[in-house]
Amino acid sequence: MEPILIEGTPKTPTIKFDSSTGVFEIKGRSIPENSVEFYRPLIDWLDLYKETPNNKTVVNIKLEYFNTSSSKCILDVFKKLETIHKAKNEVEVNWYYEEDDEDMLEAGEDYESIIRVPFKMIEIVE
Amino acid sequence: MSFNVESYFSDLSGGNPILYYKGSIDSDLINRVLDTVEEKLISSNESPRLRKRVYNVLVESLQNLYHHVGEVPVGFEENTSGKFGFLAINKVADGYRICTGNFIRADETEELENRITRINNSTHDEITELYKFILNHQRISIKGGGGLGLVDIARKTGNKLGYVFRSYDADTSFFCLDILVNGTR
Repeated sequence: MEPILIEGTPKTPTIKFDSSTGVFEIKGRSIPENSVEFYRPLIDWLDLYKETPNNKTVVNIKLEYFNTSSSKCILDVFKKLETIHKAKNEVEVNWYYEEDDEDMLEAGEDYESIIRVPFKMIEIVE
Repeated sequence: MSFNVESYFSDLSGGNPILYYKGSIDSDLINRVLDTVEEKLISSNESPRLRKRVYNVLVESLQNLYHHVGEVPVGFEENTSGKFGFLAINKVADGYRICTGNFIRADETEELENRITRINNSTHDEITELYKFILNHQRISIKGGGGLGLVDIARKTGNKLGYVFRSYDADTSFFCLDILVNGTR
């Protein structure tokens, strides 16, 4: 499977999904007007990946901002990961948040309460 | 008889303005406003927490306008069409006040008011549960977050959503949303 590599912009995050390593990353700002369009290729890619996933998948989320339409799309990403986890594969989400950014920590905790995949909350201390 | 929308909005949102805008709400405008306000927040040495909250609330406010504004009524102003709205950002004692104004179909006001009232009558914990419920159970629409925007604003600010509806003509109302972001939550 070809990896997905998308350069970040002021409104969309950097995406690195690599099936050869099983390490995925979403980093930066996710505030586009049309989030569905941006995230659709990732969802399609994950649909393929979940057929033959790695034994271990590590997902690093390092978001500075995201809007509410992205929040639904990110949940869709997590739901694909949950399916992979349910099929007895190891999946781990590392949710990074900046020091004192309690809103971003709460956002991670929201997902953790909805999705049955292990989350680690990691504070970035400058 | 319709009222003067611009002076009404200016009076309502008045204060110590850091940004005032009236006109078309498109993607480029949203980018420009976000860049301008972010620079001002940084140069004002606001705390990272307040800065992020203002930025987040501004994103949702602008994208609410972008996705949900109603048609501009016939005869409002020449050369005005499409997505039209007002935005005013004011510095206040302990934070920022963000006001938006837009036309809305008169028959949509009741539903919107009910949604705002429900949010304003909820505790912070109830708003958090409402946010998670909508996030998990409502389908995303092409128009955005499926009703999450206002809930997110109320959750992040910890303040009640101020709002006013004014009848403009038989089919159209003017809606103002008044948000205080003061980083106290």
